[in-house]
Formats: sequence, C-alpha cells, structure tokens
Amino acid sequence: MNNIWAILQRELRSYFVSPLAYGIIVGFLIVTGFMFYISLGYFLTMVNSTIMEANIYRTPPPPVNVNESVISPVFRSISFISLLLLAMITMRLFAEEKKMMTIELLFTSPVTTFQMIMGKYLAGLALYVIMLIPTSVYCIILFIFGEPEILPIFTGYLGLLLIGAVLISIGLLVSSFTENQLIAVALSLSIFLLLWMIDWPADIIGQPAISSLLTYISLPSHFYDFTNGVLDSKHILYYLSIIVLSFYLTQRSLESMRWRS
Amino acid sequence: MISAKNISKKFGGKQVLFSISFDVNKGEILGFLGPNAAGKTTAMRILTCFLLPNEGTATVAGFDILEQSIDVRRNIGYMPESPPIYPEMSVQSYLEFVAWIKGIKMKDIPKRIDAVMEKTSITHVRDRICGRLSKGYRQRVGLAQALIHNPPVLILDEPTSGLDPKQIIEVRELIKGLAGEHTVIVSTHILPEVKLTCERVIIINNGWIVAQGTPENLTQKIKGKERLQLEIGGPGEEVKNALRNVPGVANVQIEIHELDGCFKYIVETEVKADIKKNLARIIADNKWDLYEMRTLGMTLEEIFMRYTTGETFTEKEA
Repeated sequence: MNNIWAILQRELRSYFVSPLAYGIIVGFLIVTGFMFYISLGYFLTMVNSTIMEANIYRTPPPPVNVNESVISPVFRSISFISLLLLAMITMRLFAEEKKMMTIELLFTSPVTTFQMIMGKYLAGLALYVIMLIPTSVYCIILFIFGEPEILPIFTGYLGLLLIGAVLISIGLLVSSFTENQLIAVALSLSIFLLLWMIDWPADIIGQPAISSLLTYISLPSHFYDFTNGVLDSKHILYYLSIIVLSFYLTQRSLESMRWRS
Repeated sequence: MISAKNISKKFGGKQVLFSISFDVNKGEILGFLGPNAAGKTTAMRILTCFLLPNEGTATVAGFDILEQSIDVRRNIGYMPESPPIYPEMSVQSYLEFVAWIKGIKMKDIPKRIDAVMEKTSITHVRDRICGRLSKGYRQRVGLAQALIHNPPVLILDEPTSGLDPKQIIEVRELIKGLAGEHTVIVSTHILPEVKLTCERVIIINNGWIVAQGTPENLTQKIKGKERLQLEIGGPGEEVKNALRNVPGVANVQIEIHELDGCFKYIVETEVKADIKKNLARIIADNKWDLYEMRTLGMTLEEIFMRYTTGETFTEKEA
C-alpha cells in the first residue's frame, strides 16, 4: 500500500511540474465549456419558441427537461473529449520510465509489478478526477437558473469516471509496450476510437448476432444509460472486466521485459 | 553472500552469458572486468532481479533471485550504468521517493538522506533539479540512491564512468570504505580501478568467465613464464642465437634494433628458472657489453589483453 502511494504521489507530482497537465486541463475545460454553452443556447432557443407557441395558442407552456436537453448531451461530449485527452495522460506512464531507464530502479526495488501498475493507474485516474471537478460548475449554473434532477447528474459522473477508468487502464497497457510516447499516444488513440465507433456498422451488418456483439463491445453504448440516470450492473460489470483484463495484460507485458534486455 | 550457479542468458537467439558461476564472500569487493558488451551488465541485472536468467540461479544475502525476488531486492543497492533519476525531480525529493519504495520507515527517511548525501558529497545540490545536474553529480546521486537503505549487498555498474579524476578518487575511496560492512560487486573496464579497489577480480569476455582470482594471483599465474629484457652491445643476430641456446630459454626476440650499436632483447623463459647468471656468463664470455638486464612484470593490462583477445592460456602453461 505504501509503495502504491509512493508511486502515485511521484507520478502526480511529475504531471504537475510539466506544462502537460495544465495544458490538458485548460484545453479540456475550454472545449467542454464551449459544448455546454452550445447545448444551453439551443435549449434556451427551444424554450423561447415553446413559450411563444404557448402564448399564441393561449395554452399553458409544456414542461421542458433540462436533464435531457442539456446535461445528457454535455456528458456525452465530455466523455468523447476525455477519450482524446486520456491518451495523452497515459502515454508517458510506462514509456517514459523505459526511456529514462528509471524502470530499472522500480524493478530492482522491493516493489511488486502490481503495486507499480496500481500506483501509476491511480495517478492517471486522479488527474482525470481533477479534470472533471471544475465541470461541476456547469451543473451549478443549471441549478441556479433552473431545476434539473440531481440523480442523472450523479450517475452521469459515475459513468464518466468508469469510462475514464477503462480508457486509462488501456492507455497504461499500451504505454507498457513501448518507450516512445508518440507511438503510445497514437496506438492508444486508435484503440480508444475503435472501441468508440465499433458499433456504428451494427445497423448495416445483416447478422443480428454480430450487431449485438459490436454494440456490446462498444464503450459508449454502455455509457448512455448513466447519463439518463439509469444504473445498470451489466454496464458496470462490462467496464470493470475491461479494467481487470488490461491490468492482467499490463502485468504480463511488464514481466516480459525481464526476459528481454 | 552472493552465489551464482550456472547462469545463462539469451537475448533472442544470441547467447550473452554462458553458465556463469561465482561466489562473493561477505564484506568482499569483487571486480567484474571485461571489455564493453562482455556480459557484465547482464550478469548484474540478473543478480538484481531486473532480468531473469534462462538457466541457473543465484542467491543473494540468502535469498533466491527467482523464488524470493522481493527479499533479494530489499537487500540490494543497485547503481545502473546510467543513473535511474527522474529529471524533473529535485535531488531531495528523488531520494525521498527512493527511500520510500525501498521500504525505509517514514521517520528514518530524513536521517538516511542526510547520511547518504554526506557520504556522496551532494548535500549542497539537494535542492537542484536532477535533470540539470552534471554527469558527475548524476553519477553521485545514482550512488546515493543505491546506498540509501544501507543494503548489505551493493552492485555498482561502472560507478566511476563520467567522473573527473578527483571525483574518481573520491568514489574509489568511498567504495573501499564500504568493504567489510557491505558486500560489493563493481564492474569496470578500467584496469587500475580494479587493482585499487577490488580484492578479487572476475574477468568476463563474450559471456564467459575467463579468469578469476586476486589481482596479484592473476598476474602471478601468467608470470609462471618469466620475461626478461636485456640491452646488449654486440652483433644482433649472433647474440640472439647465443641467448637462444642457453638452457631454459624458450624464445628470444629483438625488440628494438640498433641503438648506438646496442640491441634490446626480450627473453622468455620456459619454466620459472633462474637463468640470469647463465645469460650473463654467455655475454661476458663473448665479450659483449651488457647494459641492462631486468625482469618484466606483467601488468594487469597485459593480462587482460591476453585473456580477452583470444590469446589462450591453459592451466598447464601457467
């Protein structure tokens, strides 16, 4: 536990001494803020037009759902932008250690491979949480000017956390393959995007078995329920099993280094 | 303290270590000597559990490197050839991190850091960023890192490379000071270093151990065949033939031709026999002028060259 904490702390510190972490956080907030602004703008135009319609026909204005029209789309945008940025967060985790040969220090210290993986994984996850925290301002704005439901917001954040946890575990695995951070980021991004889009051809493939398999593998198909306030154990199980699989493969990948030079 | 048994290692199809076995006693300083790419680093990496051997095993401080890897690592301080420093960290925080993962108790960490900084003379750079340090200082931080948990076994891969002469002397003194309390393996391709710091030497070449023993012992082994240098004023070839005929002489060669009517000869004896007086008598009988006669000592350099360039010495010859 002590070792995990030591590695986690060192990783986090090294994130914040380089401009990378700040750049990622600022970029993330600018883009998600922009998305929020667009969604809110659309929502307000929609509300205005329904009120105008109601005035014309002298009927009471129909209820509008801010969760459905603003929060849910914003969560989806955040998840996609996280995907792009998490590849950059995870690329250095093992690649840099390999390049600087500091991996030699870790491997010859009384630290197990699992502790190494956990320390680095939690550091990546912690940075992701730090990125997410300021986005709560968007929700606060909605609470000030409206009455959104709180449950879908909680489940939405849980979904974001889980999808990030999955992406970080995959990014960590990829980072253990190479000592070149550029290769790591390119490869992680490709895998992330593939997992994102894999169910897109589901409708054009004739066979329903394959279609449903593709939909099952796809990362976002498990995410949308969260943004609508639905907690389903099958989604959580899916995410957790990918994380466990990634840990296992990362462990194998690192151990295999001890056979090579 | 360290005992390696039949360690072999392959990278891909290339065998880099061939069934290496050796022992290091407690408190001893052992030198790994060999040209670059001889397998020194690989052997060290196996002992420190960074690499796994294809065959064989070793025990370090009583623990098996395959079965009890974590215990081995707890008892080893390892300084790789390029110091494993995180360039963005300060020396102080780097050593804190290392102390932490080496399992030092929280309350002892500041004390240990002060002690190793003092020992490796880096106290005045404790707040500097590791990446901005000169090669010499990095090397010392690397050494501090290996010493921090006061391990019984130290494995140092070319600890003096990149240092200036003054620093080299300091580091050698430091390593010498570790003997007794710590068991040390030092690798180097610098020969005088071995003579100065190590009690015992293993010469590795192309993955084989080609010789081991104390530096004096190794010198002696080859010296069984003695060499003499003579400077004689007289007709070159004639003198050479006369010397060749002295009983016990294996070979004579003219080293330098004609220097003011005087030649330099290298005489190799067959066995360790005192033939000096016989040589002197022949020279006197022929009325040649003897200017110099002396025994040539075999330097460690020569031994090393002979062991590593394919000039083989069988035990019988020695």
